[in-house]
Amino acid sequence: MQQLVAYTVIGLTTGAIYALASSGLVVTYVTSGVFNIAHGAIGMIAAFSYWQVRFEWGWSAPIALIAILGVLCPTLGLVIDRVALRGLAQATEVTRLTATVALMAAFIGIATWIWPPENRQPFRGFFDGNNVSVLGVNVGWNKIIALIAAVVVAGGLRILLYKTRLGIQMRAVVDDRSLAELNGARPARIASASWALGASLAGLAGILLAAEVQLNVVPLTLLVINAYAAAIFGRLKSLPLTFLGAMALGLTEAYLLWGQGQSWFPETIGGFSTSGLRQATPTIFLFLLLMLLPQAKLRAGAARVRERSAIPQWNTAILGAAVLVIGSIAVTGMMTRSNTIYLIQALIMALAVVSLVPLTGYAGLVSLAPLTFAGIGAVLMSKMPGDGNVVSLIAVVVVVALIGAVVALPALRLEGIYLALATGAFALLVSILVFNQGKIFSNGVAEVPPLRIPGVDLSQPRPKAIFLSVAFAVVGLLLVALRRSSLGRQFVAMKDSPLAGATLGMNLVRTKALAFAMSAAIASLAGALDAGKVAPDNYTFDRSLPILLLAIVSGVGSIGGAFFGGMLLGSNTVLASIVPSVSKITQVMPGLIGLSMGRNPNGTASQIATGFRPVTSHPQSLLTALSGIGALWLLTSVDIISHWGFFAALVIWGLGIVPNLPALAVTSGRSRVFCLLIAAVGMGIAAFFDDIFDAVPTGGRLLAIIVLFVVVGNAIRRVHTPVAPTSKSSPDLMGLTGFTPEELSQSDRAIKVVP
Amino acid sequence: MTALLEVRSVAVRFGGVMALSGVDLDVQKDSITGLIGPNGAGKTTLFNVICGIRQPTTGVVLLDNEEINGVPTQKRSAMGIGRTFQRLELFTTLSVFDNVLVAAELARVSNPHAVAREQIELLGLTDRADTIAGELPTGSARLLEVARALAGRPRLLLLDEPASGLDDVETQQLGVLLQQLKSLGIAVMLVEHDMSLIMKVCDQIHVLDLGNVIASGTPEQIQHNPSVIDAYLGAVR
Ligand SMILES: Nc1ncnc2c1ncn2[C@@H]1O[C@H](COP(=O)(O)OP(=O)(O)OP(=O)(O)O)[C@@H](O)[C@H]1O
Ligand SMILES: [Mg+2]
Repeated sequence: MQQLVAYTVIGLTTGAIYALASSGLVVTYVTSGVFNIAHGAIGMIAAFSYWQVRFEWGWSAPIALIAILGVLCPTLGLVIDRVALRGLAQATEVTRLTATVALMAAFIGIATWIWPPENRQPFRGFFDGNNVSVLGVNVGWNKIIALIAAVVVAGGLRILLYKTRLGIQMRAVVDDRSLAELNGARPARIASASWALGASLAGLAGILLAAEVQLNVVPLTLLVINAYAAAIFGRLKSLPLTFLGAMALGLTEAYLLWGQGQSWFPETIGGFSTSGLRQATPTIFLFLLLMLLPQAKLRAGAARVRERSAIPQWNTAILGAAVLVIGSIAVTGMMTRSNTIYLIQALIMALAVVSLVPLTGYAGLVSLAPLTFAGIGAVLMSKMPGDGNVVSLIAVVVVVALIGAVVALPALRLEGIYLALATGAFALLVSILVFNQGKIFSNGVAEVPPLRIPGVDLSQPRPKAIFLSVAFAVVGLLLVALRRSSLGRQFVAMKDSPLAGATLGMNLVRTKALAFAMSAAIASLAGALDAGKVAPDNYTFDRSLPILLLAIVSGVGSIGGAFFGGMLLGSNTVLASIVPSVSKITQVMPGLIGLSMGRNPNGTASQIATGFRPVTSHPQSLLTALSGIGALWLLTSVDIISHWGFFAALVIWGLGIVPNLPALAVTSGRSRVFCLLIAAVGMGIAAFFDDIFDAVPTGGRLLAIIVLFVVVGNAIRRVHTPVAPTSKSSPDLMGLTGFTPEELSQSDRAIKVVP
Repeated sequence: MTALLEVRSVAVRFGGVMALSGVDLDVQKDSITGLIGPNGAGKTTLFNVICGIRQPTTGVVLLDNEEINGVPTQKRSAMGIGRTFQRLELFTTLSVFDNVLVAAELARVSNPHAVAREQIELLGLTDRADTIAGELPTGSARLLEVARALAGRPRLLLLDEPASGLDDVETQQLGVLLQQLKSLGIAVMLVEHDMSLIMKVCDQIHVLDLGNVIASGTPEQIQHNPSVIDAYLGAVR
């Protein structure tokens, strides 16, 4: 009995924490229409920052709380809303979702960087060590406070939404954005307010949770899954239902925890260990809830797709494939063994990234589980009889394709964020329930046999690298064929307008299932061809995120983009070994790059390309740019400039100065001198970065570099003579396609012909 | 003459709004049927019901005397229903040609490329065949919607304000095209605010107001119907 009380209390407190987190999620979703995948990451950042000021710097708890929840979190929320997401208001849901995935990845990267896992002091909860007795059970103050906080927040939100002007406007915006706007509400401001509030709630939940589970970047971030589940229980709009869902979830988890200590609890079901069951509860909960959602309705006027990619041409595709294969034969001949192994990793990553081309690039569906399919491919390959037989490989690919379609099938009734979440839940479930089984990865490793091809020894790095580039080339060519086929056109048509597709006779569920199957099949290659000892850690959910990000960022519609993305991911390890200080930066980079999508939904690759186009078409500037990089490299290699200095100078040069070179070339007189002066000062500071920012910790240094690059870049841009813009103006005289559906309906209303 | 399409007491409710309240109308084979009415009258909603995007709250839709209420949207194109959208639903990142080609391929015609070329030619879009659909001016985009719908080889073509965004010459050409389609045996249902086009091409006109058919008849009859003038035409003039 006493035990039951104890576990009930545990359940209610965890439930309370989930409720806090999920209410924040719901508030931001309803007012801004963005489902914030990074919600948990904000809570994680808040928990770490709180720990920093409270335990490292010794601030008192109230002041620390005010600093984190009253200042840091709201600021973070505002910055996310204003900087990262503002430009995406009319982008597709996929793009907006990806932007928050980018945020999540960036936060994970930043946290691991600033707070490395070593030498971490324990996180102590409020009034640590003091307990209260509830029905004869000792309960820590942290738990009591969590419960009280949930009650207070529930009451507070109720008052806010129903009794205050801001709250009433929030609800009005949810009801009808354009109508509320006509009545004087300002949806943009209201969205900002809700982001600030949502971030603080995430922060509170994060801090309370950290006291229970300690500081750990990924687990703290992923505990947001609980919040997702509760929020979906409230259908992303009802706060009371959300609270109820959170409590039910907390209690289920607690009772399972209790049950697992009891003798009657089965240790295995059908030969599979049940130890992961409690950990998987929220994810199972989420998955089931998603499956129970009603069939998505066809909607007219979905956001216009702005992302586009050209149809690949056969001659370029064949040329690209040939260059890749010949290039890899040549390059691997000169490479050391260890560098070849890096190249192999990069090629594997490229295969994983390219698996998203048909799914996300063509069909416009997001999957948060590319590596899960790779993992399934690796496991199946390791279990297959035939020891690396080609027939086994084909069997593996076919089976994974089927798994992809079958898993996706129930999820296919869903759209947008729901579908993406379902794939994320699937990834987590497979990680926790399947990959952790001793049967699947014995002692945590599986041995994937190298493919047996007569006359080639694929257990050696060089043949393996060459073989993988051939594999990538073949996959690439098949994808070109797909994109040029009737099915490929249907994929793109479905992305652009599912409604029109359906009225023309397209079976949306079948088309989506095919896209999933193809994507899973390609991803399975990334696992099955990665011969050697592999661990389940290679295939976790959080590792899938950078894959998605880089795919989107480098232009998921194109195979070349996917290759580039994979190389970038794979080059992290190489870079880290050459320039150690850069390794942390490469962790954060995918996230940071992804965030810039707020400015350009076509992906950063295209944005950067646009920024540099004037440079590449101006030989003199191009030469200057390249010699600058060469000079920096030289100075670094003779130790005149430190690694930090190299990195800083590279950023300032490449992003701040180079894009301005063509304009500088035509600027004269005093402006020119002034620009050169700014550039020189910027480069000077950057080159001696280590000496100037000697005592500054890594985070501060990164910030300094960003500030420096923005200041230098903008200062130069202000002064020089602008080069005439090359973009052409819209030929659309009616101007109608330039409007959003909201604007159109508003003007419809304004010119209404009524009797 | 038998009706190709029969709409029988169809009602659609959105929360408290009755977008359609018991609509009855027929569309004859080999005819152009106009559907007019003020904004919010329920015209688009009726189209959505006919092509299965929205289920009627009550009532039935019959095609060739067969009830089609339960038939999902994607099966209705094979039964011969094609449509355009008032709020454009083009495949914005595909080229003009590919927009039409997708439709022809989905309709499983024997030579999709030829069919697509033919329809693009018919709508005068050949010069723009390689343009990305999202970059078309509104007028051409509307015509592309028509071309795409035609590539599905419909027997019944629902056009939702195809002339808005067209200039006078283009509108006139559209009128000629509609007559041509009629002579090819395609039944056209036309929603349009351009009264001169409606009056010129339609054989039969139904007037919707607040979800009710307030009048049906030939253009001649409609133009002189006092309640229509009251509810709608008076305001447009
Ligand atoms: N999805 C929806 N949810 C709620 N109400 C809707 C919805 N779609 C349409 N309505 C309402 O149903 C009524 C009929 O709308 P409908 O779009 O069919 O009118 P319409 O005759 O096509 O008007 P217009 O000439 O402006 O295109 C309007 O009052 C509209 O506000
Ligand atoms: Mg309409």
